[in-house]
Amino acid sequence: MLTTSVSAKGVTVIGATFPLMFERLRVRRCYYQRSFSSGSSTPDRVIWPIGSSTIVPMHYLDHAASTPVLPEAIEAMLPFLADHPGNPSGGHRAAQEAKTALEEARENIAALLGCRAAEIVFTGSGTEADNLAVKGSARARRHLGDGVVTTAFEHKGVLASAHRLASEGFRIYEAAVTSGGIIDLDQLADLLDERTVVVSVMLVNNEVGTVQPLDKVTAVVRERAPNACLHTDAVQAVPWIDVATATSGCDLVAISGHKFGGPKGMGVLIVRDGTDLRPDIEGGGQERGLRSGTVNVAGAIALATALRITQERRGGELIRIAALRDRLWDGIHVALPETRVNGDVAAKVAGNLHVCFPGIEAEVLLLMLDQRGIAAAAGSSCSSGATEPSYVLKAMGMSREDALASVRFSLGVASTDADVDACIAIVPELVRGLRERTVVNA
Amino acid sequence: MSRVLVAMSGGVDSSVAAAILRDEGHDVTGVTLRLWGGESDSGCCSVADVEDARRVAAQLGIPHYVFNFGDEFDAEVVNPYVESYAAGRTPNPCVDCNTKMKWGRLLDRTMAMGFDAMATGHHARLRLDETGTRLCRGVDSAKDQSYVLARLQAIQLVNTLLPVGELTKSEVRNEAERLDLRTAQKAESMDVCFIKRGGRRTFLSDRIEEQGGALVTTTGEVVGEHAGVSAFTVGQRRGLGVALGERRFVVDVDASTATVTIGEREDLLCDVSAIRDVKFVDDSISFGTDVLVQVRAHGVAARATFEEGAIHWVEAQPRVAAGQVVAMYRDDVVLGSGIAR
Repeated sequence: MLTTSVSAKGVTVIGATFPLMFERLRVRRCYYQRSFSSGSSTPDRVIWPIGSSTIVPMHYLDHAASTPVLPEAIEAMLPFLADHPGNPSGGHRAAQEAKTALEEARENIAALLGCRAAEIVFTGSGTEADNLAVKGSARARRHLGDGVVTTAFEHKGVLASAHRLASEGFRIYEAAVTSGGIIDLDQLADLLDERTVVVSVMLVNNEVGTVQPLDKVTAVVRERAPNACLHTDAVQAVPWIDVATATSGCDLVAISGHKFGGPKGMGVLIVRDGTDLRPDIEGGGQERGLRSGTVNVAGAIALATALRITQERRGGELIRIAALRDRLWDGIHVALPETRVNGDVAAKVAGNLHVCFPGIEAEVLLLMLDQRGIAAAAGSSCSSGATEPSYVLKAMGMSREDALASVRFSLGVASTDADVDACIAIVPELVRGLRERTVVNA
Repeated sequence: MSRVLVAMSGGVDSSVAAAILRDEGHDVTGVTLRLWGGESDSGCCSVADVEDARRVAAQLGIPHYVFNFGDEFDAEVVNPYVESYAAGRTPNPCVDCNTKMKWGRLLDRTMAMGFDAMATGHHARLRLDETGTRLCRGVDSAKDQSYVLARLQAIQLVNTLLPVGELTKSEVRNEAERLDLRTAQKAESMDVCFIKRGGRRTFLSDRIEEQGGALVTTTGEVVGEHAGVSAFTVGQRRGLGVALGERRFVVDVDASTATVTIGEREDLLCDVSAIRDVKFVDDSISFGTDVLVQVRAHGVAARATFEEGAIHWVEAQPRVAAGQVVAMYRDDVVLGSGIAR
């Protein structure tokens, strides 16, 4: 039913023909027809070329990796790609137009994130924001101490920055996490002291989607580590949580536009007043000298628009997506009772479903899912696209075998009942087929 | 139409293999194995090669995926390679990789996923006759790769396709040019893929605690010292670290006493080479069968008789380094193989 055969021409050469480019644009539009139009009776012909002669509808269940750009965000940014050539650092009217638009976007973002416009630093990604926060604050506070405390399951943008600091003489501590995917607060408290200069704890884990008790983290950091500044990687939180409230006690907050309907290549670091940072990227002194380089004006405008719309729709979307996610899990679990959810369900954001399929290799299942039009993920991807065994699941105490048998389905704005229906139909079929055909080596 | 999974390394041969199968009307999916992510990541599985494979797949309009076999490659290919040199033997890591990674884990996955066959870009041919699947040399004798597949058994070849074995290398490149594939003029990988910077000795000395020992002649005279047996392989002429005026070869490596014996060309020759772990691709071979024997990837085959636990050479041949694959052929058909003792 889901597979349609068509003539090979027109869809065989991915990305190489104009008709396909138009098809892709149409696909993008379809996300929102599906997402935001109510009661659409005809399934959209969202297609995904597979093999030489087969196309299938695409069911995108990888919102934690990236999200489609909201049409409103595209509309808002387009004039600043084509019509307004100005560099916001310039003096003429074209530059002033860009500057005005950039500062408006900054103000809007600040209002939505609960900070002042002057506290917003635009970066090129969430990872860059994490780097600036962790390395920049540690280096600026070197005279106060040498302790850097984070968790074992942070994003690589934080962990790699911490490891860099270790080579500069800082002492790095990674607080343990529970099997449910929550930071061990008692251990965190033990790791903090007067010598601690940076604490970095994420708001929502990118793999298992668990929300961390940031209020309690803040309290213990303020009590035990008076010289520390507190950073949170809130990149995964924006679609699900009011970041302004959740991060009000933090000195530094990183977000990334493409996780909530903005374009890729646009990050934000909130740097609260009085938080000293040593910049990593130096040059023209943009962004108060904390991040030199011409700001991505169009990206900032799109991010501001996407953030506003995400906030406006969050209430309804949380209910809608949580229901889809729960139905997806019920469908998989009823058909495959041996499956387990990774991470504490009660602590998860609405879009996350991380499932262990015992005895199945996630890499294999993901390939088969993709061939049937379902885009999901496992572990974290390296630059070649290969799946690395998940250090997040390892930190949660999972066996290597179970970690390699786990798949993340992440739902979001583009998710529909049709996606869940397809997944419930296809996943058990593929898993059973794999079990039957898997060679058991004696 | 069959569903075929093509192992695409990012080189021209596997690119064309995928193209041929697609043009034959098969439903083709490409997969690249990420085998090695260590310091020497510039070999067959570097990010650039994965990207080449991905781009070729996109040009061909076939889906492409990456499988991460890094840990298994370490455990089943790299570590045995290092251990083998440490023990004074000379391993064939490409053979191990084919046996354990491609026709091991990847073939298992191929069949588990419900594909009908797995294909690679090796220059070798498969012939189906009444006795089963036979592995033959590729059409291009200069590029023949049947040797590195000689450890495979018939059952592993049943669901295998080797489309470029029917072409010469220049035909492969021409086909890639005709299709305008980005890999058409890509240089061939010549050496062990996981060793680049610094070469084999550096790679091994980083991983083996070397024990120095003596260089002795065949008469037992000590003529020098060495820093570890892993730098030596039987038949080696260069880098012996002694100057005796004449050409000298390594004729024996004894890791247990860290002794490397050197001698003249005649000292290398032998009439019988002992082998172990014999495997048959073709069951028409038995003791006493006359065979052609090849002992290195691009070596010339020599006439011999296969006997229990040994190859008896018709004419005396240089000694085979312990650990090398000894491949046996009848004409251009692989009959089986053993490992030199």
